[in-house]
Amino acid sequence: MPNLRFTEQPLSKWMSSGGKDSDIVISSRVRIARNLLYAPFPMLATSEQSEDVLKRLEDVLDDERIQAFGKLYPILLEDLDDLDKKILVEKHLISPSLANESKSGAVFISEDESLSIMVNEEDHLRIQCLYPGFQVQEAWEKATSVDDIFEDHVDYAFDDNRGFLTSCPTNVGTGLRASVMMHLPALVLTGQINRILSAVSQVGLTVRGIYGEGSEAMGNLFQISNQITLGQSEDEIIENLYSVVLQIIDHEKAARETLLKESHLRMMDRVMRSYGILSHAAIMESKEAAQRLSDVRLGVDLGLIDSLSPQVLNELNVMTQPGFLQKIYSENMSPGERDMYRAMLIRDKMGK
Amino acid sequence: MQCQECGKRPATLHFTKIVNGEKTEFRICETCAREKGEIIPGTTGGFSIHNLLSGFLDFNPGSHSHNPSAKIPENLRCEECGLTYSQFSKIGRFGCSSCYKYFNDRLDPLFKRVHGNTVHVGKVPKRAGNHIQVKRKLDELRQKLQERILQEEFEEAARLRDEIRELEKTLSAE
Ligand SMILES: [Zn+2]
Ligand SMILES: [Zn+2]
Repeated sequence: MPNLRFTEQPLSKWMSSGGKDSDIVISSRVRIARNLLYAPFPMLATSEQSEDVLKRLEDVLDDERIQAFGKLYPILLEDLDDLDKKILVEKHLISPSLANESKSGAVFISEDESLSIMVNEEDHLRIQCLYPGFQVQEAWEKATSVDDIFEDHVDYAFDDNRGFLTSCPTNVGTGLRASVMMHLPALVLTGQINRILSAVSQVGLTVRGIYGEGSEAMGNLFQISNQITLGQSEDEIIENLYSVVLQIIDHEKAARETLLKESHLRMMDRVMRSYGILSHAAIMESKEAAQRLSDVRLGVDLGLIDSLSPQVLNELNVMTQPGFLQKIYSENMSPGERDMYRAMLIRDKMGK
Repeated sequence: MQCQECGKRPATLHFTKIVNGEKTEFRICETCAREKGEIIPGTTGGFSIHNLLSGFLDFNPGSHSHNPSAKIPENLRCEECGLTYSQFSKIGRFGCSSCYKYFNDRLDPLFKRVHGNTVHVGKVPKRAGNHIQVKRKLDELRQKLQERILQEEFEEAARLRDEIRELEKTLSAE
């Protein structure tokens, strides 16, 4: 029987505490990619080879030091139905490509869901740590110590010159992708966002909007991550990301203060208007939901709304996505019905 | 030829975008390519990182022709997994760790473009890479030794020299 505990609750336990600078940084994530020596990368591996990789990596779960990170639950992707896969993707516990394309794909998820270890994704092994707020350093430390334990049990594909060998040339070297998800409404409102994001991409970082059903960045959420994995040490990568994010936090804070000071009434109106619509609307499209939730989150952070907790908003960010809506209400819903159920869900959560 | 995106800079990259089996060619400048590839990766209508990579791999400096097969030796393939270099340049993924060895001569320009670097300086697995850690430590100590000598701190320099000798011994013993 597949383990369904991870698809029942929208909010991972790790999200329940705010973490540092959580009014601007929603979460910090570190992922490291590793491959085993002598086995072709998952793209070319036969089913037998993939099963063998899985078995060798699964054996590591017996190590006491791994168990010290909390119980890890192994889940085979083939045991999950499509909806549960979708929900794991929406919670960032697995990647879309593990859900859809992998042979003998599996994931080991820790009790609090802060650690998830993907097997037979694009690479044999991907260790991912998620933390609330701005804790990229902490996430890296945990990921690298998990990596050390795996390394004690299996031989990694590693080259003196190129570092850790990965399926995609964009991951070679450290195999490290560190990212933070930031909520930057004031920089968007004051029109500074593009200038800042282009400055960020000049220093070896990339920015992605968080996409919904369309291709537009939604809800003023931006994911900042390192672009370079070869020729920089892990510490340099983490420090570079850290210092850039710190600067963006400062800019966002300054922009929020300016907005409060110079357009207090208009901010109040915008925030309360969105709050009102979310608490009363009967139809809510995903794009509007994301934008209104962003306004309300800003209102909460600025102290303009005190009747809502940031946790409710985190929860709604996850629950208003298609997979969760289907899980809660009905598996077979048309997009129109989805908008109705989304509105209903938000009303319920906000109308207390 | 001008960049199709900005219309300002000369187009230096050629992309092939395949959506539902339909092939579209793009000619754009590197600045726009970076922007496109980074800001909307993998989304509908956007360039995916692998399209971007194929663009890099097919990139032929100083030439206007766009015919990758003309410059890639037909027989270049990984003996371990069988992936050919031209397959690699289309999908932008390696088939196995040996691909790095067989395609090695062609990888520096790619890595230079993607990472700005070609050599790993980060974490080294303890068992497989003990000698690398020793080598790195040696480089570091030799540099310190030079500094001490320049500053005429000979006592410290002598200590460093002994430490270097010890390390060299462990390296040659491997
Ligand atoms: Zn251009
Ligand atoms: Zn190969």
